[in-house]
Amino acid sequence: MFWDIVTWIFIVVGLFFNILAAVGLHRFPDVYTRLHAGTKCTTFGSIFLIGAVVIQSIVAWTGEGAASIQSTLTIHALIALLAILLTNPTSAHAIGRAAHRSGVKPAQAVVDDLEEAQKDESA
Amino acid sequence: MPWLAVVIVLSICIGVILIRLFIGPTSPDRLVGLDTLNTLVISSMVVLGIAFKSAIYIDVAIVYALLSFVTTLFIAKYIEKGNF
Repeated sequence: MFWDIVTWIFIVVGLFFNILAAVGLHRFPDVYTRLHAGTKCTTFGSIFLIGAVVIQSIVAWTGEGAASIQSTLTIHALIALLAILLTNPTSAHAIGRAAHRSGVKPAQAVVDDLEEAQKDESA
Repeated sequence: MPWLAVVIVLSICIGVILIRLFIGPTSPDRLVGLDTLNTLVISSMVVLGIAFKSAIYIDVAIVYALLSFVTTLFIAKYIEKGNF
């Protein structure tokens, strides 16, 4: 019963952050702020959604004994979470770097420190 | 636990993100939409795995995560230089 309540909280938090990512992709003005919404919020929301899955399958695992299918489910869900945690920030960094190098400017930005640093380097 | 309802809400989010994927003004915008969409597909596959109690969905999710990472890196490389 206690773990059911924890699972509900995890599901609500995870869905909230995933919906926030979808809304943020439409509300933010340029690619860098959209990157902020689109990758960080989905990483955080996926941690909580997969955490809910892991909690429920561990509860079922302890009920059914060691040889149940829930053992495979738990361990593979943790591996999927590890894959998301490793790949998502890396691809976000690659997108931001590619966007800046291809000449997309930040909207309403006054100071662009990276551009000034690159100018100083080349001069 | 309402796992199928969770998948339906995630599918609505994916639909909203698809709009950004189609209208995005620049190509990095579309790439951000694609990356977000991939993460949501992975988490909904994991939730489908426990909804139908079969581990094959989660195995597919792991492979999808690694392949979509490689795809995003290659498209970012293409946007950066204009060629491979």
